[in-house]
Amino acid sequence: MQSQMQFPSGYGSHLPNYSAPSGHYSQVPNKAAASHLDNQYRASYYPGYYSAPAQNVMTSVGSNVLNAQESHQLYNNTPPHSGGSSDRPVQGAVSSASYLHVSAQQSYPAFDNHYSTSVSSSVASQGFPLNSDHYAMPVVSGAMYPNVSYPPVAAGVVYGQTFTSQSLPAVGQFKETNAFSSQSTSVPHSLQQHVPVGYNTTLSTVSSAQAVQDNLSRNLTGSVPKVNNQINTGGIDSSQPVHSVSQNVPFTKPGAGTSAASAVVSSVRSPAPSLSSKPPSSPSVTQSPELALQEGMQYGGYVNNQASSAPAPLSSSSDDEEEDEEDEEAALDSSSTTSSASPVLNNYDALEGGGYPETRSVTSSPVPSPSVLQTSKASKPFGYGYPALQPGYQNATPPTPVQPSNPGHHSGFQHYAQQYPGVSQLSSSLGGLSLQHSQQPESLRPVNLTHDRNILPVSSVPAPVPNLNSDLRKLNCSPDSFRCTLTNIPQTQALLNKAKLPLGLLLHPFRDLTQLPVITSSTIVRCRSCRTYINPFVSFIDQRRWKCNLCYRVNDVPEEFMYNPLTRSYGEPHKRPEVQNSTVEFIASSDYMLRPPQPAVYLFVLDVSHNAVEAGYLTILCQSLLENLDKLPGDSRTRIGFITFDSTVQFYNLQEGLSQPQMLIVSDIDDIFLPTPDSLLVNLHESKELIKDLLNALPNMFTNTRETHSALGPALQAAFKLMSPTGGRISVFQTQLPSLGAGLLHSREDPNQRSSTKVVQHLGPATDFYKKLALDCSGQQTAVDLFLLSSQYSDLASLACMSKYSAGCIYYYPSFHRSHNPAQAEKLQKDLKRYLTRKIGFEAVMRIRCTKGLSIHTFHGNFFVRSTDLLSLANVNPDAGFAVQMSIEESLTDTSLVCFQTALLYTSSKGERRIRVHTLCLPVVSSLSDVYAGADVQAVVCLLANMAVDRSVSSSLADARDALVNAVVDSLAAYMSTASNLQQSMLIAPNSLKLFPLYILALLKQKAFRTGTSTRLDDRVYAMCQMKSQPLVHLMKMIHPNLYRIDKLTDESTIHVNDRVVPQPPLQKLSAEKLTREGAFLMDCGSIFYLWIGKNCDNNFIKDVLGYPNYASVPQKMTQLPEVDAPSSERTRSFISWLRDSRPLSPVLQVIKDENPAKTDFFQHLIEDRTEAAFSYYEFLLNIQQQICK
Amino acid sequence: FSSKNSSYSFFSCCLALFIITLSDLECDYINARSCCSKLNKWVVPEVIGHAVVTVLMLISLHWFIFLLNLPVATWNIYRYIMVPSGNMGVFDPTEIHNRGQLKSHMKEAMIKLGFHLLCFFMYLYRLVSKIAPKQQRDCLPAIISSIPLV
Repeated sequence: MQSQMQFPSGYGSHLPNYSAPSGHYSQVPNKAAASHLDNQYRASYYPGYYSAPAQNVMTSVGSNVLNAQESHQLYNNTPPHSGGSSDRPVQGAVSSASYLHVSAQQSYPAFDNHYSTSVSSSVASQGFPLNSDHYAMPVVSGAMYPNVSYPPVAAGVVYGQTFTSQSLPAVGQFKETNAFSSQSTSVPHSLQQHVPVGYNTTLSTVSSAQAVQDNLSRNLTGSVPKVNNQINTGGIDSSQPVHSVSQNVPFTKPGAGTSAASAVVSSVRSPAPSLSSKPPSSPSVTQSPELALQEGMQYGGYVNNQASSAPAPLSSSSDDEEEDEEDEEAALDSSSTTSSASPVLNNYDALEGGGYPETRSVTSSPVPSPSVLQTSKASKPFGYGYPALQPGYQNATPPTPVQPSNPGHHSGFQHYAQQYPGVSQLSSSLGGLSLQHSQQPESLRPVNLTHDRNILPVSSVPAPVPNLNSDLRKLNCSPDSFRCTLTNIPQTQALLNKAKLPLGLLLHPFRDLTQLPVITSSTIVRCRSCRTYINPFVSFIDQRRWKCNLCYRVNDVPEEFMYNPLTRSYGEPHKRPEVQNSTVEFIASSDYMLRPPQPAVYLFVLDVSHNAVEAGYLTILCQSLLENLDKLPGDSRTRIGFITFDSTVQFYNLQEGLSQPQMLIVSDIDDIFLPTPDSLLVNLHESKELIKDLLNALPNMFTNTRETHSALGPALQAAFKLMSPTGGRISVFQTQLPSLGAGLLHSREDPNQRSSTKVVQHLGPATDFYKKLALDCSGQQTAVDLFLLSSQYSDLASLACMSKYSAGCIYYYPSFHRSHNPAQAEKLQKDLKRYLTRKIGFEAVMRIRCTKGLSIHTFHGNFFVRSTDLLSLANVNPDAGFAVQMSIEESLTDTSLVCFQTALLYTSSKGERRIRVHTLCLPVVSSLSDVYAGADVQAVVCLLANMAVDRSVSSSLADARDALVNAVVDSLAAYMSTASNLQQSMLIAPNSLKLFPLYILALLKQKAFRTGTSTRLDDRVYAMCQMKSQPLVHLMKMIHPNLYRIDKLTDESTIHVNDRVVPQPPLQKLSAEKLTREGAFLMDCGSIFYLWIGKNCDNNFIKDVLGYPNYASVPQKMTQLPEVDAPSSERTRSFISWLRDSRPLSPVLQVIKDENPAKTDFFQHLIEDRTEAAFSYYEFLLNIQQQICK
Repeated sequence: FSSKNSSYSFFSCCLALFIITLSDLECDYINARSCCSKLNKWVVPEVIGHAVVTVLMLISLHWFIFLLNLPVATWNIYRYIMVPSGNMGVFDPTEIHNRGQLKSHMKEAMIKLGFHLLCFFMYLYRLVSKIAPKQQRDCLPAIISSIPLV
């Protein structure tokens, strides 16, 4: 292999050819694959790996480049290199601390005081009663609260162990403390440790438990090693180092062997109760037979009624740890380990740093009220605001040992029985509901579409609420993250076919959340057969068993799940946070890892050809990167690298210790290799100065380039080689059609065909190079994000494949130019800010499970479908949406509820493995009108848009358009045939679907599907990519923008957000008839705001809001509203900023006057109007009516 | 005929491989990527082999068998030609789980397997009838029925 090093003129010396053994470099992926497979990483895997290819290449290149120091026209503004990483700030700690929720911070002092006083007193007075083992008092560790009577040696040991461990999953909060000790003050509330109750008795219980364990060591082969460790660390020998599986034990049970012992006993009890040698005073033994009896009486009634598959036999020794393909989610023996669920609120966003608090969700998210679960103890809802939590803690601190005969406990159980009725009870209550609704619910009210002209609601269209009973409704998943097209699921596929509506889910699983219960538990309770996570919709058969709501298998409740860390109470598994929240996040243990969590790795692949330099994106990118370098999500291991390319590929050696960045040029693009594999991706903190130097120099480095070719393919191959050992994110910036090397493309667009009404070709990729590359990347946990900033055709259809199948995202800036097109430049700037700082999840997989009988048959979004229900997402970002289509395989007649669960397993940028679980519960209906009553028109339209994109690629655009129209025609015809009393001559839709034709018309006028209007192929393909990957909220804004009149904002009908008054103007129809020359209108298209100003607009408005004296003086390219001290200006700005705050990407504002070229963009969004190529809304309705009557 | 018989047993094996691999994918035993690359390797041999056999039938003037094989060979070639330019072959790992493609591939493989088994026994019958002397032809059914036992 021959390769050349070339240096631009700036470099004084020239390196002659140097040859590198190709075999040497090709080792890289192989080696990675091997280590990846063998599942046992050395602790020093990464460093060890990287240091392996030490070679003479490095030295020769290095010395030569070092000679090139007279290239100061390139690096002339280079500050003297600091030479070390000593001044690097502890970024994670600073950022996370500053992101902490304010209210939570305020409550800490009170919290601390409370603990330190009450704990010490109660411990003293209790005198370690034996029978309070299970009602262990909460105490925070001795390190934080020195007055707790707690052996300090044990604590020290505990801490010592944790510090040494890197892969300690269950103590995620503590891990933060290890890494950034300055942060520890904000963390302690998440640590819940049990009082060393009966510390003196520990040895006896442990030894007895050990005896028991010896007896059972043959039965419980799977769990015994863990149990063993528990005992050792918990009771006797806590200084002895243990392996990582049980290292969490010292945290949850520091020095107190009692809880550990009880866990052992419980795991022993079910296979052989007689063997349990626990003292009779222990509640778990005395209680359980009686309890079982009581429960038997209480639950017998409906246990018999269970109309479902037979429960599987209960045995805790059954070793059905079958190999899960979702191999990270490996089975964990549920009865062997301990738990501590931490009421951590808000801290995820705080820790992640990239969270964008969503103010709206405060009002919209369902807050479980305490009345839902009234028990003898006053319990507060989990995790919603720290102040609210405190009373719960106060109540829980005096540990009152509850006897089985305690009436309070008993009544608690009755409540609990009502709370979790059996399936048959639910169905009867639902039946009652549907009977009550016989006088036609609002959603079924017939709407005459041709007569009623004002069908738009006043404010935004709400998501329909599933027709569940109020308890389940409160627990259900937020429609922002999980939506189903039919909130009443039809019973059979035949009924679904009759309704002519698609059945599917729209997911936004990694949405930025302000409130997310994070559960630190070493046992994640899951169904043994279908691996469903425990969720609010499971039914508890009795206190010890729960029935999976997806496969109906009966499972054991693990012992530690009986303890509720929130209320500090025992025996209330139904009050655990997992069962109280349909959206939870688990901190996963090492069983969920194939390798140690990867560090955050970012690689930027930049086009520096003449075209790119001309467009000037490099300046904006480097500026954004410099500003956000400290905000990049990651920990101390974060790595970063840069590759540039034109007709050659340039690498940058940023190894710590160099005086300035070195450029290494590889011109052998047919057989690309990495010149110095170990110094191209460098630690962000160690080489920060070099990175800053490079970013400052990069925009001016290529100013005089004459290179017009673009070797994107080889650059991507090099990027893949560079990333494959770790995985991470590749951000590709491309400005033209790739013209050299592998993956070169040819122009396929015929400009004369742009407005053709017939066939639109070339919507699919031209080559499989990018697809293969994406699949390779996906296999190595690398995602490719594409930023396409081109002025000409660049074949996005082919290029997009690199992101589509590697779970990346695509940004497209048509006719981008830094100075000629300031709106695009501003958009790039804002997008980059969001892109660089938003949360990111690495090496993720997402699994979607649904109730038996339903099955998923098609997925939409950016990912690779690894198996029938497992999506492989190399990266996951909070702006990614997914859709799935479902079919009903078996009739759902024997169930009244169906559930869907998505589980997203990812590595956070802080190197934690986390699982975010969403669960949605929906009722099943048997009549067609109920199906229509529950239709969610926005979800239906978004799913149809996804299906239409698939159809237009696989078949043709005309087919897709026909299919969209047919979807309306068929569903409305089917509805009208069910409601026989309706006149056939009118076009009637149920209230739930009244917006359906309007949205479909809007879809047909979208760039993706429109015909007859001149649409560039790349624009069309980009719109299609958007439809596939945007979450529902953003997609709906894109399909049907919101139009507001803002020149007469009043203080009436306002809402108050954070002490700001936000006016709420009503939604206007998207029609020019609503525009008046006297007004000013704001159109919210999701990613862009248009502010249209009429010619005769009130001069006061122009003066106050826009800051110009009259209409004529308003400039053409205005993108900002000035801050004028006038009420109308204030109102307008507060309204616009309220709209901006509601979405992650802050949109660009474009002021449009009559003569503005952007006017056409604005008017093409007025979809109710007629254009030369498309129907008006009224014509469209008539057309539909005609087709129905046919 | 014997060569044809062996070629048909080759097709049968090939299709059995298709079915096994697809059902492996269905049951989640293998990755879609490796499944598709495994199967795509065998698509071209199958297409070429079947086309050659069909042409040989035409040359040797076995009209009935030629007509029997023609639709299947045509379908094979059509399917191979109609693969979109961006796809990685007849079996594309990114699409195999979508729109029930896995099921349709499975169904297709099953039908073709049935067809090839049918052909196999038909040729076997004709082979035996050709080899066997005329007087023994009466006991042919007995010979045929003993084949499955072997």
